[in-house]
Amino acid sequence: MTGVAPGILESKILGNEQIAREIYRMTLEYEGGENEIKPGQFVNLYLNDKSMILPRPVSICKVENNRLTLVYRVVGKGTEALSSYAPGDSIRVSTPLGNGYDVTDIARRLGTECTKTIVLAAGGLGVPPMIELAKSLRKAIAGTTDIPHAADSVNEAAPFLTVDMAAANKKLIAVIGFQDEVFLSEELEQYCDSVLVATDNGSRGFHGNVLELIKTAGDPGDYYLACGPKPMLKAVADYCVEKDIPIQVSLEERMGCGYGACVGCTCKIKEENDTEVPFKLKKVCKDGPVFRGNEVVWDD
Amino acid sequence: MISFHKNQKSAGSNADCDLDLRVTIAGVTLDNPVTTASGTFSAKESGAFYDINELGAVITKGVSLEPWDGNPTPRIAEAYGGMLNAVGLQNPGVDAFIRDELPYLKSFKTKVIVNVAGKTKDEYCRAVEKLSETDADMLEINISCPNIKEGGISFGADTAMAADITKAVKRISTKPILMKLTPNVTDIAEIARVVEAEGADGISLINTLLGMKIDIYKKKPVLWNRMGGLSGPVVKPVAVRMVYQVRRAVKIPVIGLGGIMTGEDAVEFFMAGADVISIGTAALVDPQAPVRIKRELIDFMKNNGYKNLQEIRDALL
Ligand SMILES: Cc1cc2nc3c(=O)[nH]c(=O)nc-3n(C[C@H](O)[C@H](O)[C@H](O)COP(=O)(O)OP(=O)(O)OC[C@H]3O[C@@H](n4cnc5c(N)ncnc54)[C@H](O)[C@@H]3O)c2cc1C
Ligand SMILES: Cc1cc2nc3c(=O)[nH]c(=O)nc-3n(C[C@H](O)[C@H](O)[C@H](O)COP(=O)(O)O)c2cc1C
Ligand code: FES
Repeated sequence: MTGVAPGILESKILGNEQIAREIYRMTLEYEGGENEIKPGQFVNLYLNDKSMILPRPVSICKVENNRLTLVYRVVGKGTEALSSYAPGDSIRVSTPLGNGYDVTDIARRLGTECTKTIVLAAGGLGVPPMIELAKSLRKAIAGTTDIPHAADSVNEAAPFLTVDMAAANKKLIAVIGFQDEVFLSEELEQYCDSVLVATDNGSRGFHGNVLELIKTAGDPGDYYLACGPKPMLKAVADYCVEKDIPIQVSLEERMGCGYGACVGCTCKIKEENDTEVPFKLKKVCKDGPVFRGNEVVWDD
Repeated sequence: MISFHKNQKSAGSNADCDLDLRVTIAGVTLDNPVTTASGTFSAKESGAFYDINELGAVITKGVSLEPWDGNPTPRIAEAYGGMLNAVGLQNPGVDAFIRDELPYLKSFKTKVIVNVAGKTKDEYCRAVEKLSETDADMLEINISCPNIKEGGISFGADTAMAADITKAVKRISTKPILMKLTPNVTDIAEIARVVEAEGADGISLINTLLGMKIDIYKKKPVLWNRMGGLSGPVVKPVAVRMVYQVRRAVKIPVIGLGGIMTGEDAVEFFMAGADVISIGTAALVDPQAPVRIKRELIDFMKNNGYKNLQEIRDALL
């Protein structure tokens, strides 16, 4: 990050409002530039109550105009405490951690004719990081060719938003799943050509899970990016491997440090060109959280 | 052999103020008494947050004769004012460590203390033998590991085994040997006395306290390994008490650790009798903790009129 050395910053809370049952959106003042953040990275949040000594890792949902947006679910004592912090309070937050999605790889493939449709597949709390990712992909698409802008509606501030995707023959689709209540779908619509919603109980959109919806929608996509619960990630990764479609997945694991020092958060990765060992142990926080879906060794 | 430098004006890093932070243990002089606790420091990762040259010494993650995969996850759980870990000593093995990590660590002026783990006496000895041929400054033997030949009780929990392992590694090592003791014993002073008698050059304590956490809704232990090592501020009073007892039981240097989060915590360990301190969990929580704590220690000394570490050690009434 330009000018911001890696470490912990004291940051002002600008907003912290409930957007769905148990789901909160926190906006923080953030001095690093948005170009310094890779979608899929996370930050460590520090709680005021020091009896909870470990930081809480939360994915970056969006960075814009010196504002960092995070979306979290209240699941325990730490996130419960977070939900009580008020705008104006300050909070200690780490500089961005981990390796995000490899957007460069996608941009390179978008430059070829073979990659036309990118699918963001996310479930539950895997949806928030898709916002910044969709924005980056939209920019990557706008950057690949001299694409005309749709009609006469050029968005001067953010020209990538009005680029004519159809003329470019590229598509960005989000397939997102929830237990029941849907959140962040409107935000995603800003950047995606279509947002398909699934709920486990059928209360909104498709009745079923993300992979079923992908299949029902006619198997769109020649590049997948996924985030969400492990069973969902595994299912989507298996689907892509079978179809020989590239996929990146964002993993989650209990963390101590979040920066690679404690070796608490390992996962098994079988690198494509590694024939020597069945797998290597990698750190989710430092080597990930995003990995190639075909390289993850899924434990049951 | 311990010697504190009595405030001779030095050209060292603390020359700009009147303080002398240097300390010599087992013939090795550290620029300052702040070190990293084993398993909580990684040169590349930690080095992204501060200049490693600021540290008196780094104590590495435990290395064993062969590579170890460690435990499956979850390996980490939070406890009130602390954490539990069951990493299970994942490490690439001593050969890979010597080849890939040690040269980088030695590129700093900071001293390098290599922590050694093993499941049998022979494993410890063969790893120590290999490390003796390197330019590591000192070795720290983690005897909290379970002895698989003796039904898995920890080497450090039994006086005879602790003595035996100390004698064995001392016979082979060309480097000074620190024995890192487990607090999961009834009489820490007794263990300290036997390792001193067998020739240990110093003692580090405490390692983690064996603990457990149960998820009452899922009705199962949080850690895959069920049990794990408790560390962080919650263990500090136990650590201070043990450093105090060991200081009074032996003459060799003592590296004190366990829950040090601030410069004032560090001072407490010096007053209890530590010669050097290590920062563990604090560095996981705040990557810059080691250098912050060093700064806070300096501030404390300035504000309270201490000129060197010996004065703090002598201060306890
Ligand atoms: C890389 C990464 C990104 C994440 N992004 C988000 C996000 O964008 N939004 C969101 O709501 N949640 C996210 N999580 C999960 C979030 O970190 C946990 O929900 C949160 O730490 C729970 O804290 P708690 O004190 O409320 O829960 P408790 O269960 O009381 O916490 C106890 C301990 O367990 C840890 N813990 C509990 N659940 C999880 C979990 N699912 N993953 C990792 N550690 C856990 C806590 O950090 C804490 O150390 C992310 C996790 C990781 C690893
Ligand atoms: C994640 C983690 C890994 C550790 N690994 C080792 C190790 O490999 N060898 C060792 O002797 N001690 C190990 N320890 C113990 C620490 O070095 C230290 O003795 C203990 O955590 C108490 O200090 P603290 O409260 O400052 O963390 C580990 C501790 C933690 C938290
Ligand atoms: S959380 Fe410490 S290494 Fe990943």
